[in-house]
Amino acid sequence: MKDFKYIIDSKKNASFFSNILLYKELFYFFTWRDIKVKYKQTALGFLWIVLQPLLMMLLLSLVLGRAISSFTELQVPYPLYVISGLIFWNLFSSALASAGNSMVSNANIIKKIYFPRVIIPLSSVLTSAFDFLISLCILILVLLYYQHSIVFVLFLGGLIAAFLSTLIATTGLSLLLSALNVKYRDFRYVIPFLIQLMMFISPVMYPSSMFPEKFQYVFALNPMYAPIEMARFAIGIDIENFNMLFLSLTSACLLLILGTVYFNKTENYFADIA
Amino acid sequence: MNTILSIQNVSKQYQIRSSQSAYLSLRDQLTQFKNPFKKQAKETFYALNDVSFNVQAGESVAIVGKNGAGKSTLLKILSRITPPTTGRIGLNGRIASLLEVGTGFHPELTGRENVYLNGSILGMKRREIDAKFDDIVGFSGTEKFLNTPLKHFSSGMQLRLAFSVAAFLEPEILVIDEVLAVGDAEFQKKCINKVQEVNDSGRTILFVSHNMAILPTLCSRGILLEKGQIKLDDQINTVIDHYNAPIQENDSSELINKEHFGSKNEFIHFSMRNAKNEIVNQFNHNQEIDVKINMCVPEFSQGMELSISLYDKFKRRVFTINEPLKAFKLKEDKTIELKLSLEKEFITPGRYSWLMCINHPGVANYDLKNDIYSFQINDVGSKFAAYDGLEYGNVWPRYTISQL
Repeated sequence: MKDFKYIIDSKKNASFFSNILLYKELFYFFTWRDIKVKYKQTALGFLWIVLQPLLMMLLLSLVLGRAISSFTELQVPYPLYVISGLIFWNLFSSALASAGNSMVSNANIIKKIYFPRVIIPLSSVLTSAFDFLISLCILILVLLYYQHSIVFVLFLGGLIAAFLSTLIATTGLSLLLSALNVKYRDFRYVIPFLIQLMMFISPVMYPSSMFPEKFQYVFALNPMYAPIEMARFAIGIDIENFNMLFLSLTSACLLLILGTVYFNKTENYFADIA
Repeated sequence: MNTILSIQNVSKQYQIRSSQSAYLSLRDQLTQFKNPFKKQAKETFYALNDVSFNVQAGESVAIVGKNGAGKSTLLKILSRITPPTTGRIGLNGRIASLLEVGTGFHPELTGRENVYLNGSILGMKRREIDAKFDDIVGFSGTEKFLNTPLKHFSSGMQLRLAFSVAAFLEPEILVIDEVLAVGDAEFQKKCINKVQEVNDSGRTILFVSHNMAILPTLCSRGILLEKGQIKLDDQINTVIDHYNAPIQENDSSELINKEHFGSKNEFIHFSMRNAKNEIVNQFNHNQEIDVKINMCVPEFSQGMELSISLYDKFKRRVFTINEPLKAFKLKEDKTIELKLSLEKEFITPGRYSWLMCINHPGVANYDLKNDIYSFQINDVGSKFAAYDGLEYGNVWPRYTISQL
């Protein structure tokens, strides 16, 4: 048996990450496909990437803006406050929604061809990251509209930190939920609900400081708390609570570890149950 | 010769869930969790059971077997889609599997984009696809539509494009699962030539198919799987003969209903007799055979038809009888008898089987019996006896050669 280059047996064949590198072209093609297909046969096409958060920002400003601004000190105009958090939130929620179902919607490929399964949810995350990069221009437009002054280094640093921590949170949860969804289709119904719930306990629409202190720590368990706070820091809002920031980052990292481990453990049998 | 693929004691076990649910639900898991002491009745079955064989480099091997014999499971394990439960497989080269053509084709993408996507799913590098792109498109014959979304392609064109991408794969080991049944006759011929070309270039092919007629031209060795185990591993012609071996050996006077559509119109009696008036299923090639088929049609209606076909061992049709049943004035018991005589030296030695059907075209199927009463014509010294195993057709023509 030692004479053979490749061995197939009941154990896992190759390590998780070297495998992704081997299949990096396929990874690229899946992402490319998802980006291409997403806005096919739509009249507005890529404009939707910009329109969705823009309309949401206007809607929230109209409904909540005045009430929240009168309730607490925001340091920036409410639309700017919302959009800075919303674009990161959208990256998280759209990636989660598509990654969660990605293994099932690609079941026909999984059952016929071998490749590291992790490529599929990861390419969903990358597709959403592509949308995010485009939607960044809304943030810049809104900044210009309000002629809000920023410190460029802090702006760039804050955005990059926010982006990276969003990716950690998104990837972790995407891996976990996509693997769970293969086995338990209940997660198809759980995921949209979970996304809504998490939005309410995130500082997208209102600062956590609006709530009593005990309740604020629920926000901190949300892995998206830290990225949004960092985005706020980028546009010149002070960070409310460093303990909470750290807690949220820890929960994102734990989710990433949990997601990777669970995905890696169950991956082998996806073709049998997908 | 060096071994390129070695399969050692491979088994694959599946669990049959007694609840019969298609997939797990969290609710089931939680309710089960409440009763940890309740014993779960889990049935297991082996899709593959202790399968071992070696394949030499450059060999082309056909894997044959009835539905559920484990062919597809074997291919899935070989292509790493699902792991074996026990056993190991050693490979000395990259394997590409073609369990389906057009895997990952997306209807919204154009023909060109799909070639790249499908190619990379099948394991080609981007540069490789660039280099072969013109050949792939030329082979498929869809040059004009390259920039059209795939959903506007006819289904035949989609299949041709899909096969063309697959045809240009160049792995050391190619695993193919019945994908040659694609497109029109001309394209199929092109495909078979392509597979032969691939094999002639020294690569190893594992091939699963139900089409016995093409296997001898593509493969030299056959492996017959039955209920997850290797029944026979031999020359391809021997394996095909074995695969076609009859199930029923007993007399053929009673008809078992294989497929019945709830009608009382049915076949009730079938017999084949030799020259000595004995009911048998082995005949000599120089014997006349008398066939009698009785059917009962209590629910007779105008437009009903009777169809009888004879199939050879490659499941090719030898002849067909198709008669409307309208002209009969039926008696009390409403039975009809068909008598058919197969003259001596009419069909060539080999294995044959019957298809019988009573139906009303477009209205109802009353009784259909497919692939039954297989019988054997034995060669007892024909002109072709010397060429045992040679494929020379199903019927012997009558001819004379004389001096003018």
